[in-house]
Amino acid sequence: MAKRSGKLRNLQQGNAVAGYLFISPFIIGFIFFEIYPLLQSLYLSFCEVKVATGGFETTFVNIANYKKAFTIDAYFNQMLVEELRNMAINVPVTLIFAFFIALLLNQEFKGRGLVRAIFFLPVILSSGVMVGLEYNNSLLNGIQDIIRESSNSTTVTSTLEEILTVSGGGLGRDALNVVFDAINRVYDIAMASGIQIIVFLSGLQTITTSMYEAAKIEGATAWETFWKITFPMISSLILVNLVYTVIDCFLNSNSNLMNKITTTMSRDLDYGFSSAMAWVYMVVVVAVIGILSWIISKRVYYYD
Amino acid sequence: MRNKMKVRTYKNFWERNKKSNGYLLRKTAGDWAYRLIRAILVFGLIFLIVQPLLNKISISFMLEKDLYDSTVISIPKHATLENYKLAMELMDFKKALWNSVWVSLLVSLLQVAACTLVGYGFARFEFPLKKLWFGAVILTIVIPPQVISPSLHLHFRFFDIFGIIKLIRGEPLNLLSSITPYMMLCATCMGLKSGLYIYMIRQFFRGIPKDLEEAAYVDGCGKLRTFIRIMLPDAKPIVTSCFLFAFVWQWTDSYYTGLFMSGMKVLSRSLSGVATVLEKYWAAVYNVRPTTAYTQCEIATGMLLTLLPLLLLYLVAQKGFVESLSQSGIKM
Repeated sequence: MAKRSGKLRNLQQGNAVAGYLFISPFIIGFIFFEIYPLLQSLYLSFCEVKVATGGFETTFVNIANYKKAFTIDAYFNQMLVEELRNMAINVPVTLIFAFFIALLLNQEFKGRGLVRAIFFLPVILSSGVMVGLEYNNSLLNGIQDIIRESSNSTTVTSTLEEILTVSGGGLGRDALNVVFDAINRVYDIAMASGIQIIVFLSGLQTITTSMYEAAKIEGATAWETFWKITFPMISSLILVNLVYTVIDCFLNSNSNLMNKITTTMSRDLDYGFSSAMAWVYMVVVVAVIGILSWIISKRVYYYD
Repeated sequence: MRNKMKVRTYKNFWERNKKSNGYLLRKTAGDWAYRLIRAILVFGLIFLIVQPLLNKISISFMLEKDLYDSTVISIPKHATLENYKLAMELMDFKKALWNSVWVSLLVSLLQVAACTLVGYGFARFEFPLKKLWFGAVILTIVIPPQVISPSLHLHFRFFDIFGIIKLIRGEPLNLLSSITPYMMLCATCMGLKSGLYIYMIRQFFRGIPKDLEEAAYVDGCGKLRTFIRIMLPDAKPIVTSCFLFAFVWQWTDSYYTGLFMSGMKVLSRSLSGVATVLEKYWAAVYNVRPTTAYTQCEIATGMLLTLLPLLLLYLVAQKGFVESLSQSGIKM
């Protein structure tokens, strides 16, 4: 008996060693290229960094950099709030859009393969440097819009938008404005939801058809089936997609705040201030993701 | 005696409809209406995604005067390949393409190799502090690269391992001019989106039944050998998928390449510099600034040139991108 438990322990130990060997690349990378730079950047954020020839020297300045970010700098607060506001609109809209498209693509119809291929195209089209250039293009489109507006030609949609926003008052108008904002950004949303569609689609395909059949026999309507079967079965993927979308939204290196952080570092060489801003931003990102996933994970339903 | 059942067949649609009290007609009409609405919706959404691409294609064949011609919308009046010639020259296309190909290949291979090992380790072995380390993986996904990049930049500028190199050479190494730093990052799972690949691969391995491995262990196969001979062939779809994603994202990335390989000419970097180069070129040749429209036209052409290899890859390996990812059964 004693011998047997010894063997078991040996096996466990062997597993532990093998496990650590397998993940060792990650551990090395994490310590040297993630934690170490992270701590260094935390230290730099409390310092004034002067780049000198052949190195850099730091003087400890306490929380001056953070003070500068929150109270002196004219744009930081504003940009941070704007990022949060963008996220609050973009994330739910992206999730709903992706879910809707996944439902659509999960149905049988002719040419489904082609349609799917096209919907996943944004994964390629909207990656890395493309987004930035596309963004500049949209700037150009904005100019075109202004020209069109000043030349007094009206479109059906703009007139409709005007009527709806003018007639609805107060809260309704604000809500409508959010909706119009989302509609205007539908291209960006479609571009940002390639991965999410795949994830939702994979989830939809794991739901067994016998469940739907049972529901149908019991006389459930399509609406009920959706809320009682489809939605709970996919709820764990909503969490995955939520986290992915929030990260994607925040880490978009073309956002104003990211640009500010990067230019402060590379152009002004103000490593201290740049690190302080980056740290504030990171804390906000981690907090938002933590809170959201905490709230959602309580409501997620796991089938198995 | 055989019981002959009498089945009345209704050949006519209207006859059947009458028999069902009009339900059939309502049902069929509803189905068709639904299909029609769906078709319109799908078409609209496809148009939304494809239109900018088509727009770029049509612009890229236009002469400059077509851009201002209000009668020209999508078919150019004076079709030309001039834009492509110029864009290729401005981007140093051949060299950049070659660099992009081998850098992306190398990076994605390294990344996928490292992430597969780590993902397998997380999926199959029990070891102390496993949860903590997996939390660390999630942390690497969440932390913006902008937070750690300045420090990494300095780290590689004055590279040293515990002062050893300084002892030997008298000064720390400057690794920034080579691709070594980025390769080091990729080999240790700290490259672009590495955390995501670890996560995906772990999910995939968790879905494979353990019996196969156990059989191998019983037969006396070692852990590494089991992994390479038994598990890896099974994991082909997810590995391909991660490789393709890594390749595409590396191809279009300009942040990491700009940070660690600033001397290297790759497509993504020369694409983002196209406007500046064009300005210089015009200043040298015509002594004026290029117009905004023409710059946009050149950028669109450059984007097409950059995207073309990726689109070809997507056409060939579309299944690899999509199917395997949907098989991996991602769960939290």
